[in-house]
Amino acid sequence: MAEIAESGGGGHDKGKKRAKKQSTKVDMTPMVDLAFLLLTFFVLTATFSKPKVMSLVYPAKPKDIEKVDIPEVNNAITFLLAEDRIFYYEGAFYPEGNAKGKPATTLEEANFGGGEGSVRELLAKLNHFVLEKKVTLDADLTSKKIADSTYTRMIREAKSANEALKVLIKTDNDATCKNFIDLIDELKIADIGVIAPVDIMQSELDLIKAKTVK
Amino acid sequence: MPKSSPSIDMTPMVDLAFLLVTFFMLSSSFRSDEAAVIDTPSSISDMIIPENVIMVSIDKDGRKFFGMSGKDEVKTRLLGSMAKKYNLKFTNEQVKEFVKMTNFGCDMKEMPAYLNLSSAERKNFKTTGIPADSLNNQLKDWIWYGNLEALSAGEEAFLEATDKGLEPEANDFKPKFILKVDGKAVYVRAKQVIDVFRDLNLNNLNFVTSLEHDPRKKE
Repeated sequence: MAEIAESGGGGHDKGKKRAKKQSTKVDMTPMVDLAFLLLTFFVLTATFSKPKVMSLVYPAKPKDIEKVDIPEVNNAITFLLAEDRIFYYEGAFYPEGNAKGKPATTLEEANFGGGEGSVRELLAKLNHFVLEKKVTLDADLTSKKIADSTYTRMIREAKSANEALKVLIKTDNDATCKNFIDLIDELKIADIGVIAPVDIMQSELDLIKAKTVK
Repeated sequence: MPKSSPSIDMTPMVDLAFLLVTFFMLSSSFRSDEAAVIDTPSSISDMIIPENVIMVSIDKDGRKFFGMSGKDEVKTRLLGSMAKKYNLKFTNEQVKEFVKMTNFGCDMKEMPAYLNLSSAERKNFKTTGIPADSLNNQLKDWIWYGNLEALSAGEEAFLEATDKGLEPEANDFKPKFILKVDGKAVYVRAKQVIDVFRDLNLNNLNFVTSLEHDPRKKE
C-alpha cells in the first residue's frame, strides 16, 4: 500500500529500529481544497430555473385584407397600452360625432396589480361566465364526476362561448414588451380564451395622447 | 481526563463535499454565450422551453438576433442557403464558426467579417441587428430557410424513430418559434418580428419569460 520502507542507509549500529515506520495516511488537504473550490464554483454558477415560455397564437393573416369585414362582437373589451399605463374601453369604438349617434368612446385607466381598479379585478368581473363555469368544472373534476379530457374540452368550449369575454390589445408606439407580456399574463390568469393583438387606429392614439399629456 | 486530539475527523464533511461537487457537475449544463444580454419579463406560464427551436431575440434597443437549435449539419445547410441567396461565399473556417454561435445579429454583408472575429471580439461588434424592414427583410429569409432545414431534419428524425418501432408524435419534430424579448424593448419592434412570422404563416409563437407566482394557486 502506501507504506514505503525507508531504504535502510547505514545506521543500525545503535540497535535502534532500522527504519522509521511511515504513516499510512496521505495528506489530503490539497485535494479537499480543490473539491471545495469546485463545489463553490458549481454552486455559484448553477442556474436551476430553465426559462419558461408563454404561448400565444396569433390569428392567421388574411390573404386579402380588403375583403375581411370585422364581425360584431357583443362581449369585447379593448386594452390600449401606452408606456407603463393601460387604458381600456368596452364594446365597439365610437368616434366623436359618429353616424350611429352613439356617445363617443372614452378611455378608462386601469393598473397592474391585484387591488382596486386593477386589470385583474376588471377581468374577473367581466369574465365571470368562464370563471364561474371553471369553478363548477373544477369541483366536478376533483370529485371525479368528469374525466380529464371532458374537462379540457368543456373549458375550451366555455372560453370560446358567446358569453365569454373577448379581448383586443392595441399598443401605442411607446408601450414596452413588458407591458404587453404583463397584460397577456393577466388575461391568462382570468382565463380569457380569445386574445387578439391588433393594430391601433389613429383616433385611439389621439385618445391616449389626450390622457397621457395631462 | 484523557487529552483529546486537536485534529477533527473531517471524513464525513469531505464525503459530502464530493457528493455535492458530483451533483452540481452532473446537473449543470453550460449555457453558451449569447450575442446580447436579454432581461425577459416574468409570467405565470410554467411551460418549459422546447428543445427544437428557432429563436428570435430582441434586446432592449430593439436589435434583432437570430438563433436556432439543431445539429451542425442543419446550421451548415442554413448558412449555405443564405449564402446562395445573398451571393456570398464562406470559407470552411467561417462555416465552423457559424455553427458554434448560439445566435447572431448582423447584416448578411457583415457576416463574413463577423465570423472572422473571435468570440470575445464579437461582443464589441457594432451592429444594428438583423434587418427586418420591408425593403430588406433578411430576418424573414433566416426564419424561412431555418424552418425549412429544421423541418427536413425533423422529418428524417421522425422516420428514423418510426423505423425503430416507436410511435413518435409528428409535432415534436417540428421547430417551435420562440421570441425572446427584453422587457424594456418597445413593443413596436417585437411587432415587426411577429409580423415577419405571420407573413410566413407561422402563427404559434412563444415568448420566453421567467416564472412568477400564480395568484390563482394557494400558497
